[in-house]
Amino acid sequence: METTGLVSFGRYTCSHLYFLLLIVLPLGQHTVEGVWPLPQIFTSSIERYPLNPQAFYFGYGRQSAAQFGCSVLDAAFIRYYSLIFPDYTGNGVLHNNLSVSAGKASLNAETVWGAVRGLETFSQLVYQDDFGSYFVNQTEIDDFPRFPFRGILLDTSRHFIPVHAILKTLDAMAYSKFNVFHWHIVDDPSFPYQSQTFPDLSRKGAFHPMTHIYTQSDVRRVISHARLRGIRVLPEFDSPGHTKSWGKGQSDLLTPCYSGSTPSGAFGPVNPALPSTYQFMATLLKEVSSVFPDSYIHLGGDEVNFSCWKSNPDVRAFMQKMGFGVDFTKLEAFYMENIVNITTFLNKTAIVWQDVFDYHELIPKDTVLHIWKGSPANYRKELSRMTKAGMRVLLAAPWYINHISYGQDWRNYYTVQPLNFSGTAEQKKLVIGGEVCMWGEYVDATNLTPRLWPRASAAAERLWSDEKQTSSVDKAFPRLQDFRCKLVRRGIRAEPLYVGHCKHEYQGV
Amino acid sequence: MYSLEGVWPLPQIFTSSIERYPLNPQAFYFGYGRQSAAQFGCSVLDAAFIRYYSLIFPDYTGNGVLRFLEDKPFHIEINVDHDDCESYPHEDSSEKYNLSVSAGKASLNAETVWGAVRGLETFSQLVYQDDFGSYFVNQTEIDDFPRFPFRGILLDTSRHFIPVHAILKTLDAMAYSKFNVFHWHIVDDPSFPYQSQTFPDLSRKGAFHPMTHIYTQSDVRRVISHARLRGIRVLPEFDSPGHTKSWGKGQSDLLTPCYSGSTPSGAFGPVNPALPSTYQFMATLLKEVSSVFPDSYIHLGGDEVNFSCWKSNPDVRAFMQKMGFGVDFTKLEAFYMENIVNITTFLNKTAIVWQDVFDYHELIPKDTVLHIWKGSPANYRKELSRMTKAGMRVLLAAPWYINHISYGQDWRNYYTVQPLNFSGTAEQKKLVIGGEVCMWGEYVDATNLTPRLWPRASAAAERLWSDEKQTSSVDKAFPRLQDFRCKLVRRGIRAEPLYVGHCKHEYQGV
Repeated sequence: METTGLVSFGRYTCSHLYFLLLIVLPLGQHTVEGVWPLPQIFTSSIERYPLNPQAFYFGYGRQSAAQFGCSVLDAAFIRYYSLIFPDYTGNGVLHNNLSVSAGKASLNAETVWGAVRGLETFSQLVYQDDFGSYFVNQTEIDDFPRFPFRGILLDTSRHFIPVHAILKTLDAMAYSKFNVFHWHIVDDPSFPYQSQTFPDLSRKGAFHPMTHIYTQSDVRRVISHARLRGIRVLPEFDSPGHTKSWGKGQSDLLTPCYSGSTPSGAFGPVNPALPSTYQFMATLLKEVSSVFPDSYIHLGGDEVNFSCWKSNPDVRAFMQKMGFGVDFTKLEAFYMENIVNITTFLNKTAIVWQDVFDYHELIPKDTVLHIWKGSPANYRKELSRMTKAGMRVLLAAPWYINHISYGQDWRNYYTVQPLNFSGTAEQKKLVIGGEVCMWGEYVDATNLTPRLWPRASAAAERLWSDEKQTSSVDKAFPRLQDFRCKLVRRGIRAEPLYVGHCKHEYQGV
Repeated sequence: MYSLEGVWPLPQIFTSSIERYPLNPQAFYFGYGRQSAAQFGCSVLDAAFIRYYSLIFPDYTGNGVLRFLEDKPFHIEINVDHDDCESYPHEDSSEKYNLSVSAGKASLNAETVWGAVRGLETFSQLVYQDDFGSYFVNQTEIDDFPRFPFRGILLDTSRHFIPVHAILKTLDAMAYSKFNVFHWHIVDDPSFPYQSQTFPDLSRKGAFHPMTHIYTQSDVRRVISHARLRGIRVLPEFDSPGHTKSWGKGQSDLLTPCYSGSTPSGAFGPVNPALPSTYQFMATLLKEVSSVFPDSYIHLGGDEVNFSCWKSNPDVRAFMQKMGFGVDFTKLEAFYMENIVNITTFLNKTAIVWQDVFDYHELIPKDTVLHIWKGSPANYRKELSRMTKAGMRVLLAAPWYINHISYGQDWRNYYTVQPLNFSGTAEQKKLVIGGEVCMWGEYVDATNLTPRLWPRASAAAERLWSDEKQTSSVDKAFPRLQDFRCKLVRRGIRAEPLYVGHCKHEYQGV
């Protein structure tokens, strides 16, 4: 089924304008090089066409399966109009007294999501000359992403991130063609997700039960804002570790740690020895799978500390009963396998952190594994092992951009080679994409945006574009500088890459 | 946080009790004591009263519904010894104050209006709200004064242009941490945003953009006046002979043409010290600078001069011969800087220079202040010893280059600096007049300036104000700084988090 979008705009013809059209412009930012991430296949010429904000029209082609009334594209047209003409306030005075003859662009895509990507590219092709007049050059683009999963992880447990900041992040994600928002919504420090079936989880587990929570309405808002931008929302409810805050509102959930033969008062990971645990998890995951429409759920499974389990006599007894001996990785495997099963019954596919695979847990073949640990040498080995076992993989390890350092560290994120590991071509197909992680220990809405952008955009190009065409950091630098200025113009507080300036600076504080 | 511990930086001498007094926003009054040399009409304090009212009662919108049935008024009475309201703060200004809080009243006594402003800041941090939103302040006695008289923040507006609004916001945040010097590193290699009256081409040709990326005279006046009301000195830096690439765009004979063999290469180096026109230009420019900026100090730079361009230029080499410098270019640099410092002295200003000037044994007036910026603690301690042994006053910046970000709680490194931990006599140590937090601009502009500055700079603020013995524990400082950071956020300063946690009032924007 073809979806065709037809965009048309006005072009002025006037004899003296021909001189302007013949001026050789420095190609750079006025061509496809000005688009980030770099499209796969493109040609353009110096021939350029003026755009008049008052005579610029989006339209659906006659053959298009999507027509007026298509929520995603109708909203996209409105959104992209302002992005294409950032100066236009609506009080238009015609710049020229010229007659208009039609210029056009054709945007064809298989789905509305492809069309949204194309509109983003088009919006980055439009530029202004020194007089403020808008132009777009003659261009041909065939574009598609190298990897289908290009995500950003936000951690809203170490610090609460207000909904407004999440929505703004989704806007910026769309500008770089990210398509998955991995919402690491709860963890040890706080439980901001207001559950319908277990209201005490946030009432007792959030930093504050009124001001530091996400209501169902907030969640719906995030999902719908993401949808209009072609962004999937992947919820993560990480267990059995990283669950301290869960125990505040669900009293028998966590394992009581023991000091000798008496409880110490501290709590550890989720208690895998009680049936109530699995009833709770099944009910919670049932709610999660109905609230979040994506067909994947991230179940976590990372960094489980065994010492509390080991200290608890009931857990030790359970280990004996199950024949696990003293191998706690078997207990963890037992727990995760159950949770993944629950997820399968709910008709969802699980994503888990690599620890689950490393502990040889028995999980369905379609579970996606998320690599987060180690140096390139480490994660390359992991990529080989996982894909050799026929599992699909996501790469996050080189993109922990919460790890700030002084200088141009965007280069490190840009030069990652996701498929540079030993494996067959078939294996490499199992790498479905990657993720930029912004863990929240030191991050909240005060510094989230400058810390994410434009550094995350370096990874965006690595995940979308052809690696051979984007192997030079030196060529990428001026393009990313320019793209960063576009982000700032669009109201995204992206920080500078290096010394310099933008025509339109961020004026606020 | 309901006690003195909630004040940052920690005051020198204080006691408080759990006895607390309610404050009603509708019956809260600032007033001048009868004995006060400053009275109504004192610009600094009149403005401070308005500003601090909103800081003390952040929820109060003016549409007051009386929360209490009793109308217990609270008066804070200010007494100042000297009427210096219409002057600018300077290096000897007393910032000490005494604050006494009891039932229904507070007394704030200070020698100068600047001390009174410091005291008002402290008072604003003593006020808190209970869970019902009612305001309280505890019974308190404070005698406070800064350990060091010079507590500065350097902003670099050449590597990136920083809009005036962002500078003003930074001054607000500085006042909350009792910083008192804004070191404006206004021009450098990449751009010249200062719009000079006598040399308009400097910014016309040297700024990133001559209209949108400049500071007009009006902008500069605004910054100076905004700073003054907060007791903050504005110290301009016109760094030379190095770091001047952008100056050459609008002043064509200023920089040294570099040579490739016997022909000019097209590149330019540091300011040309061999031409008389150079010194005429510098004298005229510095004359303008000294009239535009009221502070009695000017920072002249003098750091990181690369000799290779001078060496390549035959006229410079000839000048070296004529002056008997041989091939020792440090002597040429010394000649240049000594001239510039002399010009500054004639203009009745005192010079501050980077440590390079001292390291190259340049002959400078005894009252020149030296600015240490290089090296590890071992290095800068040696420098502190040498400089103070030579009887020179010193500023310490080296451990506080907070533009050097890293992952984790690096505020602890800034907090644990010991400025007087070096070998020297007590007399020598008195020559350390203070320190500076540097926010160089290679990777910083208004998009990330505020979260990068705050609250990390506040760690240094306490080191520069408070008593070291009382503030030696990072573990005790941590919850206080977390709390202070939440106060900054409440006051509209986008200070970033120290670690996992939350504030009652989060930053809602983006």
